[in-house]
Amino acid sequence: MSDITALTLTEVRDKLARKEIKAAEAVAACLARIEGTEPALKAILHLDAEAALAAAKALDDAGPVAGQRLWGVPVLVKDAICVKDAPTTCGSKILQNFTPFYDAVCIEKLKAAGAIILGKTNMDEFAMGSSTENSAYAITANPWDTAKVPGGSSGGSAAAVAADQCFAALGTDTGGSIRQPAAFCGTVGIKPTYGRVSRYGLVAYGSSLDQIGPLTRTADDAAAVLSVIAGHDPRDSTSAPREVPDFEAALAGAVDLAGLTIGLPDEYWGEGVDDEVRQACAAAVDTAKSLGATVVPVSLPHTPYAVATYYIVAMAEASSNLARFDGVRYGYRAPEAQTLEELYELSRSTGFGPEVQRRIVIGTYVLSAGYYDAYYRKAAQVRRLIRQDFLTAFEKCDVICGPTSPFAAFPIGQMTDDPLQMYLSDIFTISLNLAGLPGLSMPVGLGQTSGMPIGMQLFGPAFDEAAILRTAKVLGAALPPLPRPAGI
Amino acid sequence: MTISPDAVAKVAKLAKLRLDDAKLERFAGQMDDILAYMETLGALDTTGVEPLYSPVGHATPLRADTAAPTCTRDQILANAPATDGQFFIVPKIV
Repeated sequence: MSDITALTLTEVRDKLARKEIKAAEAVAACLARIEGTEPALKAILHLDAEAALAAAKALDDAGPVAGQRLWGVPVLVKDAICVKDAPTTCGSKILQNFTPFYDAVCIEKLKAAGAIILGKTNMDEFAMGSSTENSAYAITANPWDTAKVPGGSSGGSAAAVAADQCFAALGTDTGGSIRQPAAFCGTVGIKPTYGRVSRYGLVAYGSSLDQIGPLTRTADDAAAVLSVIAGHDPRDSTSAPREVPDFEAALAGAVDLAGLTIGLPDEYWGEGVDDEVRQACAAAVDTAKSLGATVVPVSLPHTPYAVATYYIVAMAEASSNLARFDGVRYGYRAPEAQTLEELYELSRSTGFGPEVQRRIVIGTYVLSAGYYDAYYRKAAQVRRLIRQDFLTAFEKCDVICGPTSPFAAFPIGQMTDDPLQMYLSDIFTISLNLAGLPGLSMPVGLGQTSGMPIGMQLFGPAFDEAAILRTAKVLGAALPPLPRPAGI
Repeated sequence: MTISPDAVAKVAKLAKLRLDDAKLERFAGQMDDILAYMETLGALDTTGVEPLYSPVGHATPLRADTAAPTCTRDQILANAPATDGQFFIVPKIV
């Protein structure tokens, strides 16, 4: 039975649809795998085995339904996304006792497609971090080496998928929080185009940046999940009123990369990238060439300004979004507060962790009178230049390719005392969120020095997720598959 | 630029945060580094560049103005730290 968890999502889904295995068996296999790996991994914050088994039984009793594209498939969900009657903490003490009475739209869609929610995954508090060390509850380990971080902020989702605890997990990506942990843990992770997936029911961090997307073991699996969760939603005004292609069908029959032009931005392949990362990514690009792709140099000249721009925008939006946590309507309330002012201040100061407080303070600073133009407005201007870089580059190529992170997963504790150093490590993922474009990270091998997974990114034009998924599928099939993670 | 712990306290107050002295001291040092890094944007000439505040490419549509059930009072109050069954309860204001 434990072999079930080694299947890909599309494999297990097809077996479920053919009644070769029952939904209850798929759930039981995942629960057994979770039980065996979770003590070392700590990827999951809330597991509801009973509810998952009950949902599986109900599905089995009714039998597979044609058109339910994820019928019986067990999945995990980042704890930033509301699941009805399940705790949703966002990795924060301030939401310790918060239980939403509704499903996020992406959860409604997963359930309608027959997927079974096993539980909620660990994350950096309010998605603020690149290592999952900022969670108020646990430090998630990397399944390849439990002394190393899984990346973040969707570190629990990446670790869970890499460790075969589930067949897919939802993550969120504000500045790389799907792609960087996917790279660190050796999984596929896609950040869809801004507006592709409804954020209704997602705890907001940086509203002009946030997107929900799947972490999976293959590009086909990502296409299957994205096809289900994408689509216009009148409850999210940023959701794009446009048709969603059948991504899985768009990938069917793709065997080579003939006719595809891949742009390599100079700024992503130069200084500051570890040798083992550059080597693994360059080898993957060579493989793409052997599959028929043409490679051209492109330039994203404003890349050196991306980290500063991103953190101004993200912290400004965070300081505004997180004003809602006031100890009145939901979340933690400081019991000792005597006045309303004290209630706000003490609840927020006790409920939020240090990184969240730091970002709220800096975000408030850059939005305050006298500094707004110098920081926030200036960053918004540079943001347009960064976006224009991509639009210009896409005149010369179909997809853009570069490393996901300058280095492989680092040891737990290495960067916790130096927030700026941690921010700088996001250099290759954040521009995409500023531009609102889709991007995917895929594993391209193990680092020659570290032995840890190396991730490579593919960026596409707006709403052309199919192009990057297709490229990832063909390239992934041609690269040697990663073994099962060695650390658990 | 040097950010003093007092300046951090002032901004924290605006954000309804109360930070102890050790944290004010630590945040001040870190903010110095982070803001100095952010100020590297000043090197870029952005004269005449229209700010981009959101990547949304479509006009945000208005939904139909029709009545529909959303949630009940009980659901809304269920997560509140203090209620009387009808309202959120906070410390006395007036």
